[in-house]
Amino acid sequence: MGSVKGCRWKILVAVKQVSSLEEDFEIRADGRDVEPDFLVRDLNEWDEYSLEEAVKIKEAGAEVEVVAVSVGPEVADEALRKCLAKGADRAIRVWEDAVAGSDSIAVARIVAAVARREKADLVFAGVQSSDHSFASTGTAIAGFLDWPHAAVVNQLAYVQGATRAEVRRELEGGVLQLMEVDCPAVFTIQLGINAPRYASLRSIKQAAAKPIETLCLGDIGLSSADAGEAGSLSRVRRMYVSAKGRAQMIDGTPAEQAARLAAIIKKFTGAGA
Amino acid sequence: MSGILVIAEHRSGELRPVSLELIGAAQPLKAVTGGPLAVAIVGSGSANFVKSLAVAGVDEILVVPTPGGEPDPDTMAVAIAMLIESRAPGLVLLPHSVDSFGYAGAVAAAGGFGFATDVFQIRFDEGGCVATRGGYGQKVNIEVDFPGRSVAVLAVRSGAFKAPEGESTPAVTVVQMAAPRARARPIEYIEVAAGDDVDMTTAEFILSIGRGIGEEAKVAQFKDLADAVGATLGCSRPIADSGWLPKSRQVGQSGKTASACKLYVAMGVSGAIQHLAGMKHVSTIVAVNSDSAASIFNVATYGIVGDIFAVAEELRSHF
Repeated sequence: MGSVKGCRWKILVAVKQVSSLEEDFEIRADGRDVEPDFLVRDLNEWDEYSLEEAVKIKEAGAEVEVVAVSVGPEVADEALRKCLAKGADRAIRVWEDAVAGSDSIAVARIVAAVARREKADLVFAGVQSSDHSFASTGTAIAGFLDWPHAAVVNQLAYVQGATRAEVRRELEGGVLQLMEVDCPAVFTIQLGINAPRYASLRSIKQAAAKPIETLCLGDIGLSSADAGEAGSLSRVRRMYVSAKGRAQMIDGTPAEQAARLAAIIKKFTGAGA
Repeated sequence: MSGILVIAEHRSGELRPVSLELIGAAQPLKAVTGGPLAVAIVGSGSANFVKSLAVAGVDEILVVPTPGGEPDPDTMAVAIAMLIESRAPGLVLLPHSVDSFGYAGAVAAAGGFGFATDVFQIRFDEGGCVATRGGYGQKVNIEVDFPGRSVAVLAVRSGAFKAPEGESTPAVTVVQMAAPRARARPIEYIEVAAGDDVDMTTAEFILSIGRGIGEEAKVAQFKDLADAVGATLGCSRPIADSGWLPKSRQVGQSGKTASACKLYVAMGVSGAIQHLAGMKHVSTIVAVNSDSAASIFNVATYGIVGDIFAVAEELRSHF
């Protein structure tokens, strides 16, 4: 049990620098991803909530260290700086060329290795990433650590050192589920669990001066066979724009657009009467 | 490794519809994979679902009774690992659902199985199983394969496949398992409180607002618009999470199921994946958004790129 550690309690928050696409984009020459020039990067929205949840536990008066960890190249530092500005105490980024091409499972293996190295007491991850939406990294981290876990948590009752947490999960169709989870544990955190803070100018400045620890696979007891395509359970064969394409666009002035919309509505309500 | 294993899902004594869709996905693949199509149902009372699962294409139903109520994530993980080991399927289909979010990643990680989630197309070619999923907020499709893996575990998107028509008379096998000590224990289900008197599940025409409305003060004008055009006012997650409208007004996968909806007008809703997943059954979707790159235009029937307030004001004048 972590409570006998006698030192600081540690929450590891796994975060991702996600990418969204510009309106017009091109597929890479090998057909397996989008040209990086067309990617707009940001911290994954779900991760804002899991970080905030960890920082809230820290601010509840506990001796807690919040460590943000990300797997990615140098551009991921931006996401980690955001975490530092919003209350993370430390930031760790794992990368080397062999990590490229890792799927959610290979990423989870890396985060789990960092959790072991850090002797984390809890691990938080977002339910999913806004770009590729695997919704599996957090639970796979638990699988590698052989820890208890709960997914899609939208309320968490936990006090530092407790051997159990009570969580509320958000299921489909407006149904919630209460669950009791043994700790240490991995929780995947849902949007809406809290209201993530904005970083102050001062904290952004301070974060810019903080170091980001960079690790390679060897530092966490892994090898190149554990990451990249070799360590993944899937491989991207092809990426393409769906032929199904887009909505039929209604162009014109707002008045003209609204007139078409009004006609669609009237046709529907008229037929329904 | 041959045959297909489908993991059915149930909640509160009811079979979840995606279970039959998984069988529908598996049926045409039987010719390629060979071997039987087996459907497993795990949990207490699982024997009650045998009749509902005896649909066309199913060769065997595996009933895996467990003590206690709903199966916890540890029990599901152990049950699926056991079934994969004993039945040696080449392909395992399970729902991409909140329940499977809680075990699928752990099962795949522990077993080293080929793995993909939110899959909406499955085929086989000389390289083996090829699964198609979305990427970059559903703006591209991604084909993934599983080189060197003898088993592929695919979490399949609900609504992507049709349930099979017709019945079958499958063999029914009860599979006993030693339930692990549950480290995450379900206590109870809670229904989201009504909040107000609206019932989104019966609404046929929903006008929804999203983050694009910008501030709470604008909610009233869209409520007025919805009333005027005869729609029920709904919203996307950010609006409900901010408390601008009750949670009962939220539509999408996590919100109330808008199962009766036939016309959906989404204003300022960018279209997060669960929102789109929860509304894609609607026959006519009209999206109004200032961002021409918004994901919702990929599923909408009609799209209007423009200022939602200007369009709303003009629309109001027609009613």
